[in-house]
Formats: sequence, structure tokens, C-alpha cells
Amino acid sequence: MLTILFDGLAYGMILFVLACGLAVTLGLMNFVNLAHGAFAMAGGYITVLLMSRASVPFLLCLPIAFAITALIGLLLERTLYVWLYSRPHLDHVLFTIGLVFMSIAAVDYTMGAQQQIIRLPVFLQGRLEVLGVSIGVYRLFVILVCGVLVVVLQSILVFTRFGSRLRAAVDDQRVARGLGIDVDAVFAITFAAGSGLAGLGGALGAEILGLDPTFPLKFMIYFLIVVTVGGTTSITGPFLAAILLGVADVAGKYYVPELGAFVIYALMVLVLLWRPHGLFTRRGAR
Amino acid sequence: MSLALETVALCKSFGALAATREVSLRVARGARHALIGPNGAGKTTLINLLTGVLRPDAGRVLLGGTDITELAPHTRARRGMTRTFQINQLFAGLTPLESVALAIFERHRFGRHWWRPLASHTAVMDEAAALLQRFGLANAAHTPVATLPYGRQRLLEIAVAIAGQPHVLLLDEPAAGVPEDERHEILSIVKGLPGDVAVLLIEHDMDLVFSFARRISVLVDGSLLVEGAPDEVAGDPRVRAAYLGEAPLG
Amino acid sequence: MAADWVRRIAVNHREWVFWIVAIALPLLFPGKLLLINEIAILALFALSLDLLLGYAGIISLGHAAFFGVGAYAAGLLAKHGLAEPLVGLLLSAAAAAVLGFLTSFLVLRGSDLTRLMVTMGIGLMLLELANRFDTITGGADGLQGVVMAPLLGLFAFDLAGRTACAYSMAILLVLFLLARRLVRSPFGLSLRAVKANRLRAVSVGVPADTRLVTIYTIAAAYAGAAGALLAQTTQFVSLDVLDFHRSADVLLVLVLGGSGYLYGGLIGAAIFKVMQDWLAAQTPQYWQFWIGLLLVVIVLAGRERVAVAIRRRWTALTRRFAGEPTP
Repeated sequence: MLTILFDGLAYGMILFVLACGLAVTLGLMNFVNLAHGAFAMAGGYITVLLMSRASVPFLLCLPIAFAITALIGLLLERTLYVWLYSRPHLDHVLFTIGLVFMSIAAVDYTMGAQQQIIRLPVFLQGRLEVLGVSIGVYRLFVILVCGVLVVVLQSILVFTRFGSRLRAAVDDQRVARGLGIDVDAVFAITFAAGSGLAGLGGALGAEILGLDPTFPLKFMIYFLIVVTVGGTTSITGPFLAAILLGVADVAGKYYVPELGAFVIYALMVLVLLWRPHGLFTRRGAR
Repeated sequence: MSLALETVALCKSFGALAATREVSLRVARGARHALIGPNGAGKTTLINLLTGVLRPDAGRVLLGGTDITELAPHTRARRGMTRTFQINQLFAGLTPLESVALAIFERHRFGRHWWRPLASHTAVMDEAAALLQRFGLANAAHTPVATLPYGRQRLLEIAVAIAGQPHVLLLDEPAAGVPEDERHEILSIVKGLPGDVAVLLIEHDMDLVFSFARRISVLVDGSLLVEGAPDEVAGDPRVRAAYLGEAPLG
Repeated sequence: MAADWVRRIAVNHREWVFWIVAIALPLLFPGKLLLINEIAILALFALSLDLLLGYAGIISLGHAAFFGVGAYAAGLLAKHGLAEPLVGLLLSAAAAAVLGFLTSFLVLRGSDLTRLMVTMGIGLMLLELANRFDTITGGADGLQGVVMAPLLGLFAFDLAGRTACAYSMAILLVLFLLARRLVRSPFGLSLRAVKANRLRAVSVGVPADTRLVTIYTIAAAYAGAAGALLAQTTQFVSLDVLDFHRSADVLLVLVLGGSGYLYGGLIGAAIFKVMQDWLAAQTPQYWQFWIGLLLVVIVLAGRERVAVAIRRRWTALTRRFAGEPTP
């Protein structure tokens, strides 16, 4: 029971790291980026390649995965995404689905369709017995890393100058511009960081979520659930939503395997019936 | 005196801000009633409560004596209360003729008829055309709404509300943003509204208010301060104070 | 003014040309009947999405759910003894309509984003269902043993696809004419009003929720009919009918042809299938890449502009055939 909770926690933490960039993108520019998972996949494959081709140690791969996907994100944002912000949501959807399809086919072509395996360093393998609960070392590692990330992100948001600009821009873009905040720059940086986090999540999660070319499609619905249930006005909302989703999914697959993924869909439907505007959104928010 | 619209102790708060406090407003049948008040007095909130966009925390709304507090916005419209908007709310992609016809169809409950094409409902289409004629919009009947000049859009805004043949018509700043030389058109349309329709005018333009209203209510800080005939209200020291406390009369 | 309106609803010359060309296609390309059948089915599916997106403004990422339900319903009915195609079609469309009606309440409220999530979630949920209950659906192997009775008791389904093609085209034509009625009626007008400005539509008395539930149900029935046609004419159903790709493809089809005038889905379907036929012959595996590229390019080039260009080309072509003067 506790093991499941623990695994669910690790799973949810990864989902949060994967999806938090999307939440900010949505909140800031009202841009529906369904291709967010493609960045995560990029992070995963960068790690695989670095480890197998260049024998880079796993721990070093993580920051590299972050940096490269952030760079890709920055490039795409400045060259392509930036033209689409003022367009209707349908355009966002079509464009980013297009990107997803292209990335899937491209990865399939270069890397093949098979599951990729990341060989974890020895000290991250195995299980620990803590107070009678069996804990996977790697999952503990994931929870620690993601936990630190959450704290860092929240502090950046709350305590730094950039964070207050970002919050101002999310709150009311027009007013923020009026105050002399360079919203475009804020967005470019945020988009890059969000993509980078997705890449990092992809690298961290490859072991737990699996990694193959269909990754962006497989997890698209998870990202959507995290941001719709959690809302986009804060990062605590998506965080709670991701944890809830992670635990529900792991517990569902463990206790009622015959129902499989139904548990989360049912949960999604229930939440929507109960609170059509999301579970953790502020009341009266626009 | 029979009432077309009445509110009983209507209250609405947003968090700590009480936007509407115990408002009891009575609008007679065929009234020419104006609701004025300084900015932020809660006029828009009151309209939203009347039309059902917002739900009151307490109090009731009665239309022609029946309680409509719990009714959905579209039902209130069907019961005979329509409105115009301070900022144009028109149908981009529809023509003026279609916009007006839509309201007439809904009045007849034809909106779910799906077999006969629009044009074969000749009575409705003719009525729509006649209404546009009255509003001086006949030659723009087939122009997409979005390409109409602002003044025309303002007129269409009223035409769509009138097409539903309401008992109660709420006009939310009908002349807002209309240039001086086109105002008389709005004014004459408003003055020419059918006598049996109760009109509640929410307006900043005091010329319009005093040339139109036979009764005026003043809303300040969410509650009704004064109600009476125009000259009574104009002479009331409390009204002067409320307005002088703010900017000069708009 | 009334005369003006009559002119606007009468079937115009260009529409006649469209349908004459469409009906002539199978005669002109007797070797491509199966492809034409697929085009007709995809066209019907896209028509169904157009009713939602083009007229009610609802974005769906899971429209394949209704297509799939229709397909499985038709396949299962035929497998278990009800082999009459028309009755099967009707029942399958009804099954999809029931699902559409039930799920419409989840789609009613909320933003575009929640709609994306809900529609996609429902699509995935059904795919998962079909996969789990493989004793009924055949799972990954597909539903085998679907045998159809002759159409109207007269025309057996042949390998060349003559009956299939005629059947699908006929159903497409009938349902298209019905949709054409629908969107040009007061009901259609109220839908367009809700799409353009829901707040205002409600304030003139349009029951927006009821209208959206209705059109969602109708669109589901149309998609179900398309799925049923596929199952009946290919006599096979696989999990592929519920796949996310199908939902994305139909969006692309509609965007290619342009939404909101009913013919867009039909034209888009023809372009899409011919392109797929050609590209898949070149690089069968990486067809997906080209779809993706096409989506990206269309959006960057401006969706409206692409659709308008296609429509203009079409208009010029049909005008010439109809003998109307070109402006």
C-alpha cells in the first residue's frame, strides 16, 4: 500500500516536471502546446544517445538534456511559435499536432520504433527497506530531484524579480506591458525553461514511463489532465493535480489491472462534472 | 400601478466587495426609467443580476409579477426581457438581417426548426427586413456585421434586442462611444420605442437621460440613493454630493 | 428581398456540377472504386466534424470515438446475424448518437482546453475499452467474420467495390442534403449565433446548451454512420477506427477544405486520400511525417488562406463547367 503511494508519488512528480512548462505556457500566452511531449521525448533520447554513444554518465546527462531541449524550445519559440499567439486555439492545436507527428516519424526513422532502455548507474538500482516499506532507490532519487526542483521553481516564482514579472504577465498581460515588463522576453525565457524541464522530465522518466517514438502522443492526455484539473494560475495547482494523477494511475493499475487506464479517465470525468473549471483553480478566476 | 420589473432586496458581493446592496427597484409597465450613478456604483452588476448572468446572494427578481430569480438567462429573454450591451455584442459572421431574424425566430420558438430554410419563413424574414428599415439599416442588410461602421453597429445592437418584442428592455449605455453627430439617431430610436415597452436606461450621458427619462433612480456604492422624477433628482443635494465627490457629470 | 433569399438557398449551378463530377468519378476511374469509397466515407466523417467545428465552434480531438462506435456496432450487428446493411447503418448511427448525447454534457461547459482534454479522453477511453474486451471486438486482431447481406436484397458487395462505392456515395449524398437543410434552417442560424457570440445568443433567448447538445448528438450520429459504412463495405473492423490518428486526420481534412460551408470536408477528403494514396506509395512508413509537415505549413501559411485558395480554384473550375461567366 505504502509502496504504491510511493511509486505514485514518484510518477506524479515526474508528470509535474514534464507538464509544468505547459501550464506556464498556457497561463502566460494562452497557447495550447500539444507538442510539449515532443520536448520530453527529445530529452529522453538525448540521454539515451549520450550514454550509449559517448558514455556520458547518467547524472551529467540530466543537465545536458535540460540545456539542449531548452535551446530547441527557444529556437522554435522565436522562429515558429511566436507567429501563432494571436491565432485561434484551433491553429495552435493543428500546428502542434503537426509537430508531434513530425517528431514521432523523425525519431522512428533515426532511432527505430523499439523501447529505449536507459542503463542506470549501479548506485541508483535496487530497493531499500525503510520501516518495512520496500522502496525503489531510483524512485527515491526521482522524488528528491523533483522535490528540489519544485522548491526551486516556487522560490524563483515568489522571490526573484523575474518571478514577479512572470506572475504579473500571467495575471494581466496588458497591464504588465504597461508597466514596462518585456513580456515577449519573459515568455521566451519561460518557454525555453519549460521545454528544458520537459526534456529533463523525459530523461528522468524514461526509466519509469518508458521511452519510444509514440511518447508525445501517449502522454498528451496526461499533460492535458494536469493543466485542466490543476489550472494555470499557479504552479501548486498543477503540482497537486500531477500527484493526484500519478497516485491514481499507479494505484488503479495495481488494484484493478483489468480496468487499466480507465481509472484516470473516470477521475477526469468526475472532476469535470464536479468542478467544470478545474479542481485547483481559484474561484472567480477568469 | 402594475410593475413590469421589480427587484426585492437584491444583494451581490464579490469577496469583501459588496457590489449590490439591498437594491429594491420598481419599473412600471411602459416606463421610461433611467438608472444613473457614478462609475463603480454597481450598474453593470445590477444588469447582470437582472438578466441572470450573475446569481444574487440574496433577494429576488420579478418580471411581470413572476419570480424569475432562478431562471436561466435565455429563459428570461423568452419571458420578455432583453438587453443591449455597453460594448457591442454582435454576431460576427452573421449579417444584420440574420441577426435580427435570429431574435424573431427565438421569439416564435422556431429556433429548433431544422427543416424549412430561413427564406421560406417569409413572415419572419419580412418582419426582420421591416425592422432594419425602421433602424435605417436596410441597405446594409446583407453586409457582414463586422464591417459595419461603429454607429451602425450600435443601432443594430438595439435592433436585435427590440426584435424579441420585449416587455422590458434594458439599454446599457446605448450611446457609448458614438460620435456627437450620430447621437441624435440613437436618441430618436430610443424615443421612438413602442409605448408599452418598459425601458430601463443605464447611461452616463445626462442629456440623453434627462431628455428621455420620466423617472430616475440613482445608484451609489451598490445601493439605491434616490428615486424620483427628473427635476426632483436633479435638485436633490445627496445626488449632487455623490456626483461632486467624484468627477463632473459625464 | 424575399426573392434575394430564395436565390440564396436554391441549389446553385456550382453545387450541381460538384455532384455530377462526384457521381461521374466512379465511372471515370473504375479501377479506383475502393479509393473512391474511402473518400466518400472520410468525406462523411469530415462533414460530421464540420457540423461541430464549422457551425458550433466546438474543437474535438476525439471525434474518432463516434466513428469507432459506429464501425464496431455495424461490424458486431453483421457478425451476429443482422446483416441487412441499411438497418445496420441506422442502428450504428443511433448507437453513436447515444454516446454523443451522453458525452455532450461534458463538452458543453469549459474552455477550448477542457474540450480538447475531454474529447481526447473519451476517444482514448473507448480505444482502451475495445482493446480490453477483445473477446467481443477481436482486440488487436480486428473483428473477423463480418458478412453483409446484399444491399436492398439486390446488390451483393463485390470485391471490386462497385456496390460499396455506390452505397457510400448514396448515403453521403442523402446525409449531405440533410445537413444542408439543417444549417440553412433557423436551427442552423442559432448554432452560428452561439458560435459567434454565446453571451448575446443567450440574451436573445437561444438555449445555447440545448442547441449544442443537439448538434453534438447529430454530429456523433453522422460520424457513426461513416464508421458503419467503413465496417460494412470493408467487412472488417480494427482498433484503428478508434485511433487518435483518425481524429487528427479528420481535423486536417476539414482544414484543407475549409470549415463552415459543408463542402470543405468533401473537397478535403478527396485531396487527403489522393495525396495519401500517392505518398504512401512513395514512403509508406513515414506518411505521418508528411501529414505533420502539412499541418505545420498550413497553419503557418494561414489556414484561411489555404482553404480560400482551394475553394477559389474549385469555384473557377466548376464555373467553367457550369457555363457561368467568371467575374
